[in-house]
Amino acid sequence: MQDTTLLQMRHINKVFPGVKALSDVDFTLRKGEIHALMGENGAGKSTLIKILTGVYGMDGGEIIVEGMNVSIHSPQDAQNKGISTVYQEITLCPNLTVAENMFIGREESTLVRHKFYEKRADEILEKLGIPARAAQQLGSCSLAVQQMVAIARAVDMECKVLILDEPTSSLDDKEVNMLFNLMRDLKKQGVGIIFVTHFLEQVYEVCDRITVLRNGELVGEYLIEDLPQVDLVAKMIGKELDELSDFGQIEEKQYDSKDIFYEAESLSSSDAMPFDFCIHKGEVNGFTGLLGSGRSESVRAIFGADKVTGGTVKIKGEDVKITKPVDAMKHGIGYLAEDRKRDGIIAELSVRENIILALQVMKGFFKPISRSEAEAFADEYIKVLNIKTASRETPVGSLSGGNQQKVILARWLLTHPDYLILDEPTRGIDVGTKLEIQKLVLKLAEDGVSVTFISSEVEEMLRTCSRLIVMRDRHVVGELKGQDLNQAQVMKTIAGGETQNEG
Amino acid sequence: MKDKFQKIFKGGLGQLTIPIVAILFLVGFNLIRDPSFFSIETTLNNNGNMVLAGNLISIINGASELAVLAMGMTLVTAACGGQDISVGAAAAIAGSAFVKILKSSPNITGFTVVAAFLFACVVAMLFGAFNGTLVSVFKIQPMIATLILYTCGRSIAYWINGGATPTVSSPIINAIGSFIPGVPIPTPVLIVAAVAIIFVLVFHFTSLGLFTQSVGINGSAARLNGINSTFIKLLSFIILGLCVAVAGTIGVSRLGLINHETLLLDIEMDAILAVAIGGNSLGGGKFKISGSIIGAYVIQMLTITLYAMKVPSTDVKAYKAIVIILLVVIGSPVIKSKFQKYIAKIKSNRQRVSMKGAE
Repeated sequence: MQDTTLLQMRHINKVFPGVKALSDVDFTLRKGEIHALMGENGAGKSTLIKILTGVYGMDGGEIIVEGMNVSIHSPQDAQNKGISTVYQEITLCPNLTVAENMFIGREESTLVRHKFYEKRADEILEKLGIPARAAQQLGSCSLAVQQMVAIARAVDMECKVLILDEPTSSLDDKEVNMLFNLMRDLKKQGVGIIFVTHFLEQVYEVCDRITVLRNGELVGEYLIEDLPQVDLVAKMIGKELDELSDFGQIEEKQYDSKDIFYEAESLSSSDAMPFDFCIHKGEVNGFTGLLGSGRSESVRAIFGADKVTGGTVKIKGEDVKITKPVDAMKHGIGYLAEDRKRDGIIAELSVRENIILALQVMKGFFKPISRSEAEAFADEYIKVLNIKTASRETPVGSLSGGNQQKVILARWLLTHPDYLILDEPTRGIDVGTKLEIQKLVLKLAEDGVSVTFISSEVEEMLRTCSRLIVMRDRHVVGELKGQDLNQAQVMKTIAGGETQNEG
Repeated sequence: MKDKFQKIFKGGLGQLTIPIVAILFLVGFNLIRDPSFFSIETTLNNNGNMVLAGNLISIINGASELAVLAMGMTLVTAACGGQDISVGAAAAIAGSAFVKILKSSPNITGFTVVAAFLFACVVAMLFGAFNGTLVSVFKIQPMIATLILYTCGRSIAYWINGGATPTVSSPIINAIGSFIPGVPIPTPVLIVAAVAIIFVLVFHFTSLGLFTQSVGINGSAARLNGINSTFIKLLSFIILGLCVAVAGTIGVSRLGLINHETLLLDIEMDAILAVAIGGNSLGGGKFKISGSIIGAYVIQMLTITLYAMKVPSTDVKAYKAIVIILLVVIGSPVIKSKFQKYIAKIKSNRQRVSMKGAE
């Protein structure tokens, strides 16, 4: 037992100004094990990882690697001690070759011996079964392969501990499987892998053990077979287990044609092919399809986010022109963009300023919301949506992903929209917040707000939407409602009607 | 009272720390070197007015054009993530336009001065709009876009008055450039105060601040929230144009003549520097205009201090550079985060001690 222990973190404490990020957390990693580190956003996962990789110093506790007490001062230091990290975002250079990426920054001599490195890189790639050639430009590989190259780089640096921080969030199923095979190979070679992810199914597919954190405290360490998925979720959120099953089947509502809030006929934009679409008052519907099927592009066309090139739009039966976001906003449409960092938050501005932004734009340039009013709005929505922030003046960029998403939701809710478009509102955020957002969507619909909901997780859409529009290759290929709203039917429609094996 | 002080100390100063520390350092340095540096006396000036005089007055007075330009430059920097290097040349154009109108009427009345100033404003705003269009519509990098006017601006100024360097002598112009009879404070200082107040009012009565910062930090998100970022960028250049007109008018009035070659020469670099010393990121985004104003006075105080130390004028720039290197390095993210870590360490030590004490 003692022999197999690779890494031990004991009584780790970390205090940030005003917050106790970690208190007395233990973590143990054994040789040849894949260990999931689970917890909601803000539970302390990333803090623990950052302490282990030397990004943060710790305020108490000890780290023991292979029986030796070590202190880690920097990421470079961690790497030298055999602890490597592969992050969610690729941190390699796409314009260099695979081999160059694998050896950059660690050439022994100043002369780069291309041939030698390419040969070595090819050996490693072959050994690990990574489908890439050393001389290939990294940018020409798929994201999954790029991720695997990053792992290969880490492995070649004699890493004993490999940390994978959300490696699968931008990969499709096939690519995820490739990655998992690689992880299993490494496991056989005795590497200890720490796997951080939001996808529960993936945890159960590859992991041996789970450590759960909540609010900076250790909940426990479990063998995978001892902890069914439902219990894991309960441990992570620590409450509301019953509420998980709280979502009943969505009953099919009958809509009158005069209840139509928004209607588009052959609407098209620079990025979206012409499509027809309508939504009723108080209805929740969704666009589904694979990445790149055009679902985001379609909703962006509704909001006027891209250049609208054709089609007619009616709101409450009246012809309107929506060519830019502000037009849509004036007609009561809100749009939560898919890419939170790029299109959502204004990172350096405060939570307060981020919340009032859309309302301020609608009020106009010459009618600024007073400071006290803005503070009241911010306080209200921080409370309503349970946004975890040190204060309303905290820069939104320093919040966790789920809380950033809530801030943007607050921004749109504050405008009291009639129609809210949510593009992947739950991507990359924790289970607890996901549930909160789903509930919020249903509550909005009850209050008469129309909602279009997009998610990569079909299950989530089945729980919230009463009608699904299915897209493939940038065209609408089907519309599902009532009895047809089930996983198998959705998959079938996405795949093109032919019977699927797993159907 | 104590609470309030602690709150300010704890981080309320934030961005303004560096410029305020710089001012305090210069004040302290001069106090040790020669306390009489700060003496302010009242003297009779040429026109027989009782006016204030002394190093402090000449610092605050001399920095007027710079302070006004720094305010506008802050806005452009925040919105566009780049700087306008043509403000000196544009000020020469505005000054020439101002003089052109003054010269066109036989005797200079209050009305002609107002008309001339308004004309200068329009001209400067047009040139600002030119720069702004290149930056916001054609997406040219600000420094490249404004390089055009930087290069040709003083030639345009030369054409406006047919190549002459006409003088204007009028009590009104004199009052703008130095003192209003009966008022002991130099007029340019009052103008800076007025411009600053206008900025405060504009920020209070419009959403300029929020929109500018949003555009500067994340243009894509700003657009999806309905902000017209092209307009905001253009607007920042037009507002800078107004500042240019004010600075040009002060400059001309001080000398009583327009010299298109030397008027506010090289001031663009000082204006950019003032923005930087003020703790504003030159990459755009969050800004504090007050920081830039203090930055302008830091630069001027440095210059006057060096002159007071009898540093030959040919060497002044080199000494200035040394101090600026220090300021910029102290304000750099690397030093800042080191300093914050150090403070955090002291704090947690203190916490530990008090926790132990509690036990």
